[in-house]
Amino acid sequence: MTRILAALLLVFAFAASPFDRAEAVEIKEVVSPGGIKAWLVEQHSIPLIAVSYEFAGGVSADPPGKGGLAYLASGLMNEGAGELDSLAFQKALDERAIRMSFDADRDQFSGGMVTLTEEKDEAFRLLGLALSKPRFDADAVERVRDQVRSIQRSEADQPRSIAAKAWMKAAFPGHPYASNTTGTPESLAALTAADLRAYVKDNFSRDRLIVGVVGDVTPAELGPLLDKTFGALPATGAELKVPDTTMSRPGEAAATPEPADGDQETIELEVDFDGKVRWNGKVVGDMAELKGYDTTGLPSVLVIERKVPQSVAVFGMPGIKRDDPDWYAAMVVNQIFGSGGFSSRLMEEVRRKRGLTYGVYTYLQPYSHAGLVLGSVATVNARMGESKQVIESEIARMAESGATEAEVADAKTFLTGSYALNFDTSGAIAGQLVGIQRYGFDRDYIDKRNAYIEAVTLADVNRVAKRLLDPSRLFWVIVGEPEGLESKPETATP
Amino acid sequence: MAWYKVGATEEFAGKTGLAHFLEHLMFKGTDKVPSGEFSKTVSRNGGQDNAFTSSDYTAYFQQVAADKLPLVMEMEADRMVNLKIAEDEVNAERDVVIEERRTRTENSPPALFREQMDAVQFLSHPYRVPVIGWMRDIETLTRADALGFYKLHYAPNNAVVVVVGDVEADAVKALADKTYGVIPRKTVPPRIASVEAPQLAARELVMRDARVSQASWVRTYAAPSYQYGDSKLAVPAEVLNEILGGGTTSRLYQTLVVEKQLAIEAGSSYGGSGLGPSTFGISVRPRNDDPAPIPAAVEAVIAEVAKNGVTDEELKRAKNSLKAAAIYARDSGEGLANIFGAALVTGRTVQDVLSWPDKIEAVTNADIIAAARAVFVPERSVTGMLLPVPGAPPGPEHP
Repeated sequence: MTRILAALLLVFAFAASPFDRAEAVEIKEVVSPGGIKAWLVEQHSIPLIAVSYEFAGGVSADPPGKGGLAYLASGLMNEGAGELDSLAFQKALDERAIRMSFDADRDQFSGGMVTLTEEKDEAFRLLGLALSKPRFDADAVERVRDQVRSIQRSEADQPRSIAAKAWMKAAFPGHPYASNTTGTPESLAALTAADLRAYVKDNFSRDRLIVGVVGDVTPAELGPLLDKTFGALPATGAELKVPDTTMSRPGEAAATPEPADGDQETIELEVDFDGKVRWNGKVVGDMAELKGYDTTGLPSVLVIERKVPQSVAVFGMPGIKRDDPDWYAAMVVNQIFGSGGFSSRLMEEVRRKRGLTYGVYTYLQPYSHAGLVLGSVATVNARMGESKQVIESEIARMAESGATEAEVADAKTFLTGSYALNFDTSGAIAGQLVGIQRYGFDRDYIDKRNAYIEAVTLADVNRVAKRLLDPSRLFWVIVGEPEGLESKPETATP
Repeated sequence: MAWYKVGATEEFAGKTGLAHFLEHLMFKGTDKVPSGEFSKTVSRNGGQDNAFTSSDYTAYFQQVAADKLPLVMEMEADRMVNLKIAEDEVNAERDVVIEERRTRTENSPPALFREQMDAVQFLSHPYRVPVIGWMRDIETLTRADALGFYKLHYAPNNAVVVVVGDVEADAVKALADKTYGVIPRKTVPPRIASVEAPQLAARELVMRDARVSQASWVRTYAAPSYQYGDSKLAVPAEVLNEILGGGTTSRLYQTLVVEKQLAIEAGSSYGGSGLGPSTFGISVRPRNDDPAPIPAAVEAVIAEVAKNGVTDEELKRAKNSLKAAAIYARDSGEGLANIFGAALVTGRTVQDVLSWPDKIEAVTNADIIAAARAVFVPERSVTGMLLPVPGAPPGPEHP
């Protein structure tokens, strides 16, 4: 009987994924004839090549008053280069199904490319043209500027985006991290083709470059391709002058002194001590002052009022940078506390037990010049205060009572076992190759990484939980019409 | 992945969102795997899991190392028939789904607009209903509703298992025999072949929301799919979609954004993989929030294609792009599982998926003209606009 049933159940198995285990990845270092270094993982079963690369600098390298420059540049890199105008360049990509992307992150300007093997010569040539001879034709600049302006307006409509931007503005006064990635309407409007050319010249240089390649290409073939793409770039770029910093809450002394030239765009969100929050000079919300266990008496909640049914909160504390010796213990702490799909304490307490949210999470954000522990939750306005209280009491509980042996063991099993999931696609692997180089690790990092996690002890976890999860440094931005914020936390620590 | 041939289209009046609600409750435990332990067990074994519901199907997936496959298949088979849901867990989970709807829909005017568009697009077909359900319906969903739906639809003969990775098909088959195969089959209701009522008049939807600061304009045309209507037009429509609205070299982008400068963005979308009727959509972000000149400009572009077809260069570029997409898709295990799973629960075969690039290659200019003429019929269109409320700027950044 069951035989027949089994036959009726359709089962399909496909062997496809380029790598099924991280351990199977062998990284080769390729140095081109022209001296460009790249890490390569060969994979010849699918006829494609994925390239990932980045230049240190990113949005933080926007000059004062030129907010949005790196972002606008990222939108224009495939809008014409060398002898090809925008349409000709885009057609050249489309005809060959070459996929190129460019991103401006806080600390890096990054890019990716995927091409079929048979088109690799032209793909690497076109990418080289884009990076070394972008045209920034007036019509393309205006078109993309309009698109970025449209993105700015969309972001200003979205509660999560409003909260995230306001959080960074308030937490990093005077530092480039305070500025919007997309700039302000005014700074965007003022950017010129000359600014764009200067950005490219200052930032796209071989000394700032990291490259990872995965796919159907041999080291011998890759060398000349690297020269084709990156060989024409200048050897060195402008000096990077972004200072190290830590977050501060409104009212706390800023960690970064105001720059001498007074960067206006970073201070457009102002929190006055009459409790009003001003953005571009207009009152946009009220400061709710948390009492309860927050003994510092400093403002810890910024409310930006919007008529939405669900409040969206972004919260965070100072974290650690990637080179901190506590990094792997911090990963375990975050895994137990706020990350990891359905298994974290926050998901258990806020979602599963109380039904307060669809999603709540925290993550480690290791910027080059400041580490953060950031999180987010969205809850119906009437119960936002309850969500906030539960999260705060969980932060305090984790900091004071630490984790259990079982939690640490489970978190470590997850972190080590799931490492391979970061290697699902060629593009993802290429991204890993870049990330590993960014932080100065060797090619054997992939083999060693899980041992670093295995070495984390319960004592490490408890020590780092206390170090990271500090309620007195917690800062919230909540967008919506949240209720219940003024009440004292029920489970405030004694 | 375990895919079930049941989705939001199997729900009944007043209980929209039930298929999705059950998907949430499928994590609430069995005698062997207590509530919440499914995901924790996967996580403890270095894996990730989740699930999703669409109009046509419900799917559960785990990403794990190959040697953990027996474990997750045992657990997945277990909850196919042994689900136990405690009454007190239902209330908290209903709140979670309500918050999910607020996150995805209520807090997002564009999502509310899409939901309204679907309800205007489909008169009689259940695609008019949002998968997550209407808020009023979600609030009434009960444990009994969910268990009833579960007992009716969840059975091995109504499921497809897809495994991608470092495995052998024979070994997977043997595992499936041992896990799912021992579960008795049961009679499940046949899928209802819902039919969309004929559309006899163009429709228009204008929605204003104080939370949006920019205008959006969309036009949809009723279209066939691989399984519905004149299905031989589906593959040509995919090529047509690529040429009309696939990226910056497309006709819509080049005409509306670059040449006439009426729009900031313009594109199109068409997918033929649903079990029911499809739509061919055109979406435009008008310059200066002025949608007035958009319809005539869009109609001129589509009329030109319907009359004269496309150039050889355009046809070649679109085919290359689509065929390359099939090669790029092989690069992602998760992506492949989704492609094959979705095909197999909507009446297509492995061969259908594998031969798709050949079908794309075979499309001619005449096929594209035929698809354009069949689809771009004014009486079978819906025009939608999402607009700001005049005089009510939503945020301080808006002048």
